[in-house]
Amino acid sequence: MRQRKIIPGVDPQLLIKDAAKLMPDASRRGFLRGAASLGALAFLTGCDIVDGDTAEGVLRKISSFNDGAQAALFNRGKLAPTFPESAITRPFPFNAYYDEDEAPEVDGNSYKLEVAGLVDNKKPWTLSELHALPEVSQITRHICVEGWSAIGSWQGTPLSEFLTRIGADTRAKYVWFKCAEGYSNTIDMPTALHPQTQMTFKYANKILPRAYGFPMKIRIPTKLGFKNPKYVVAMEVTNTDKGGYWEDRGYNWFSGL
Amino acid sequence: MSVETAVGGSQIAAREAIHPAWVRVTHWINAIAILVMIGSGWQIYNAAPLFDGLRFAKSISLGNWLAGALLWHFAAMWVLAINGLVYVTLGILSGRFRRKLWPISPAQVLADAKAALSFKLSHDDLSRYNAVQKLLYAGVILAGIVIVLSGLAIWKPVQLQELTALFGGYDAARYVHFFAMAAIVGFLVVHVALALIVPKSLRAMITGQ
Repeated sequence: MRQRKIIPGVDPQLLIKDAAKLMPDASRRGFLRGAASLGALAFLTGCDIVDGDTAEGVLRKISSFNDGAQAALFNRGKLAPTFPESAITRPFPFNAYYDEDEAPEVDGNSYKLEVAGLVDNKKPWTLSELHALPEVSQITRHICVEGWSAIGSWQGTPLSEFLTRIGADTRAKYVWFKCAEGYSNTIDMPTALHPQTQMTFKYANKILPRAYGFPMKIRIPTKLGFKNPKYVVAMEVTNTDKGGYWEDRGYNWFSGL
Repeated sequence: MSVETAVGGSQIAAREAIHPAWVRVTHWINAIAILVMIGSGWQIYNAAPLFDGLRFAKSISLGNWLAGALLWHFAAMWVLAINGLVYVTLGILSGRFRRKLWPISPAQVLADAKAALSFKLSHDDLSRYNAVQKLLYAGVILAGIVIVLSGLAIWKPVQLQELTALFGGYDAARYVHFFAMAAIVGFLVVHVALALIVPKSLRAMITGQ
C-alpha cells in the first residue's frame, strides 16, 4: 500500500499520538477518531479541492451567480466618484498583459471603427468623425483587479450617445468590443448605457497616447480596469455573450465596482 | 426548577450543552469560511502588495493565481457573511453576547491576563469566560464585522461608495481590510494554541460537553 503523508516529513501516526496525549478523559477515543479522520480528509483531499475540475466548475458557477448579484446591485443612476485635477495619479500607469513597447500601433489615418450587430447604421466611423462627436470629461478612479488604483482624466463621448446615433437596439443584452491586438470584452447593456461609460479619445485633454489606448479606449468607471478595453477597432451590439480575454481565463465576468 | 425536577432534575442540568448547537455549527462553518478567505486573500494580496517585502508564500495561499484566488474569495464570502449574520443575530437575540461577553472590565482583563501567563487561571467552568476571553471574543467579532464591511467597500467602491468613504476611500479601505485580517490571524494563533492547551474546550465546541 502506498504511504500517503499528511504533512511532508511528518509521520501521521506520531502526529496523532502527540495529539492524543493532550486529550482528557474517557470519551476522547471516539472524539479523536473523528477529529483525526476529518483532519486527514482535509489534508489528503486538499489538492483535489483546490485544483480539481469539479471544484473549478463549482467556483465558476458561483462566479456566474455573482454576475447576477452584481447586475442586481448595479444602479444606472449611481455615478462613480469624481476627483479634482490635483488628485490625478502622475504618471498614470501603463497596464496590459504585454510590455509597453509591444502595445499596438494603430494608424489613425486609415483607422475605421467597425460597428456590427443589432444596429440600424453599420457604417464604419473614421477617427475624424469620432472626434467630431460631443465631448464630455471625467476624472475618475481606475481600479485594477489586482487591487491597485490610479486616478486619471479621460475625455470622449458617452457610449450611450453613440449607441443612440447608430440606432442600436438597447434592449439587447450586451455590447462586445474587439481590440487591435486581439483583446476583447463583453459588457452588459445597463453598464453600456451608464452616463459615465465613455468612448475615450483623449487622456488629460490630449489625444490618447499609444500607451493609453490610441485611437480609442472604452472608459467604464463602474468596472474593473480589465473591463476598459484599449485600441478598440470594432463593437457589436448582441444578445450573445462573446466573453473576453481575461473573463475567459477566470476573472469574474461582470467585475462591477 | 420544577420543570427540571419533573423531567429528571440534575441529570438534565449536567447535560446542558456548554455551547448550544447553533454556536457550534456556526463556529465550524465560520472556521472553514475564514480559512478559505484568509488563504485566498493572501494570494490576492500578492497581486498588489501593500507593504514592500511582505508576500505570502504560495504553499500557504489558496487559488494558485489571482483569478483562482478571487473565485475562492467571492464564493466563500457568501458563506462567511451569511453564517456571520446568523451568528451575530442569534448572539444578540438569545442574549448570549450580553450574558457571556459583557461586562468587560479593564482591571479584570489585567488580573486574568496575569493569572493566565502564570498558568493560574481556572478552566473548571467552561461556560463562563474569563475577562481575557471576553475581550478576545468580543474583539474578534468586531474584527469580523470590520473585515466584512471593508471587504464590501473594496468590492463595490461605486455602488457602495458611501461605505467606502466611511473607511476613508478605496485605498484606505484596503489597509483596513488588511489589518482586520491581521487581527483575526493574530486571534487565531492565540485561540488555537489555547484550545490545544485546554483540549476539553475544543471538545466542548464539537460535542457541546
